[in-house]
Amino acid sequence: MAATLPATPYQNDMTERPQATTGGKPPARQRRMPWGDAVFSLAAHAAAWLTLALLVGIILSLVAGAWPAIKEYGLSFIWRSEWDPVNEKFGGLVMIYGTLATSFIALLIAVPVSFGIALFLTELSPGWLRRPLGVAIELLAAVPSIVYGMWGLLVFGPILATFVQQPLQSWFTGVPVLGTLVSGAPVGIGILSAGIILAIMVIPFIASVTRDVFETTPPMLKESAYGLGATTWEVVSKIVLPYTKTGVVGAVMLGLGRALGETMAVTFVIGNFNQLNSLSLFEAANSITSALANEFAEANPGLHQASLIYLGLILFFITFIVLALSKVLLSRLKRSEGKRS
Amino acid sequence: MSIAALDPGRMRQHTRRKAINAMALTLSLGAMAFGLFWLAWILIETVRLGIGGISLAVFTQMTPAPQAETGGLANAIAGSLLMGMAATALGTPIGVMAGIYMAEYGQRTWLGRVTQFINDILLSAPSIVIGLFIYSAVVANFRSFSGWAGVLALSLIVIPVVVRTTENMLSLIPNALREAAYALGTPKWKVISSVTLKSARAGVITGILLAVARIAGETAPLLFTALSNQFWTLNLAEPMASLPVTIFKFAMSPYENWRELAWAGVFIITLGVLALNIAARVLFRNKN
Repeated sequence: MAATLPATPYQNDMTERPQATTGGKPPARQRRMPWGDAVFSLAAHAAAWLTLALLVGIILSLVAGAWPAIKEYGLSFIWRSEWDPVNEKFGGLVMIYGTLATSFIALLIAVPVSFGIALFLTELSPGWLRRPLGVAIELLAAVPSIVYGMWGLLVFGPILATFVQQPLQSWFTGVPVLGTLVSGAPVGIGILSAGIILAIMVIPFIASVTRDVFETTPPMLKESAYGLGATTWEVVSKIVLPYTKTGVVGAVMLGLGRALGETMAVTFVIGNFNQLNSLSLFEAANSITSALANEFAEANPGLHQASLIYLGLILFFITFIVLALSKVLLSRLKRSEGKRS
Repeated sequence: MSIAALDPGRMRQHTRRKAINAMALTLSLGAMAFGLFWLAWILIETVRLGIGGISLAVFTQMTPAPQAETGGLANAIAGSLLMGMAATALGTPIGVMAGIYMAEYGQRTWLGRVTQFINDILLSAPSIVIGLFIYSAVVANFRSFSGWAGVLALSLIVIPVVVRTTENMLSLIPNALREAAYALGTPKWKVISSVTLKSARAGVITGILLAVARIAGETAPLLFTALSNQFWTLNLAEPMASLPVTIFKFAMSPYENWRELAWAGVFIITLGVLALNIAARVLFRNKN
């Protein structure tokens, strides 16, 4: 067999090798683009620094833009409720209240629903259905917020007014607290509509992260519990949930961060009304994001614009803390997972 | 005769546990149906109200005056496409390079960890704040709204999305592949660009598609950067119309013809964004 093979290049190589190393060092081969490494590394480092600079830039530019308002009002801006562009008197309470109230309603609805969806996707759903359903929920997250907003204003709002607010009003008129909560013209805009639409928007975020978090539970733990005769619900509530609780809180925080900063969906349905004279869930109100979206382009440079930027700074500050908390909680779960498995 | 029959107390407890379980699972099924219900409702309404407004005029004519007989969204669509493409072209290289830094250079350095943390926050930061930032940094200094300001704002939204997916995809590449390349004497930049980045290509492209889908529907950062424009322009130095901002303006108006166009616009955007998302998923799954 070997005789039929031609002399291999290998053998040639062997014979040539001593010649090549007679100089005592490897042959000087021209390396193509010797600066490639340095340039590439520099570009990667620069891009990473740019991400950092972005955050610093955002904070600095917001503080600089808001400076006239910060100097004028200081922290009292947060609890002053008047917003009067004509007389140049500004306070952020109405918008801050609107942002917090809508996000709170959103979480109230979204957290149990997302938990149910995550439970369904991890424990209940047949295998072949798991992926399409997961994708469908994620697509809900991909729908642009302006679509939610327009749908909320023109489709959902009127339905909410006719089928929810009017019956509630006819039942509760005259009842002390509940009566106030549902008062107002039945037009379908206000805190409640905004909260519901925010809930629909953050469900996919919370649900998909919760699902991923649930999946980190070691199968061994779950199977042991099932083996002892635990029901599905008992496995989820006594094994999966305690094991993943930091991650679940992280998922909720992520959803909260999204809800606080959501602009268009809220702007369409909240009514953009800068007064806080009733606690009704159906009264037109305002949020930080919708005040910015509606007023900023037309605001006069000066105190009005500075006050709006101040609101933006407050929003950024709140969401930064919420998102940072979420990140820390989620990464803590990831680390403990590494330790335990 | 079963054991349970001998002990009625345990039998009762068993029934109770089973009932609680059934209730919890029913609620979970309900939650799933609740989530899908909204998706279905929104899609159906968008198609129902949007498809009627779609005609050739939507793509060929300019945005009309209120109550006008004809009109389309041509300038808004062109503006959206132009700004979207420019923002992707600007943001993608930066995002990919920053992702490469995190996965290949700075995995255990403080800069790597800090940038990863910051990037995840920027990923979910309110997009309207990005708009405010570009306003103060660019628009206020040049004293005019412009397409370029809109491009910058959108690219700041592209960057974190691309960084995140690039980093994730590169960390999935097995180290053996890198070591094999290094063992052949390949310089690091060549290892990254022709080995790791190449193997992660499908994932990185998925990330870019998702970023494009994200900016296609973004309204908030354009409101006070690119503003809007009634007329046809491809000059990025002027204020420029975009589909989302036009929809916002038209939907909030009382004019019937504007609202109809807004629904048509919403239909186009939803279709485009969902198509991009599905394409990204199919691409990613085929590769894996």
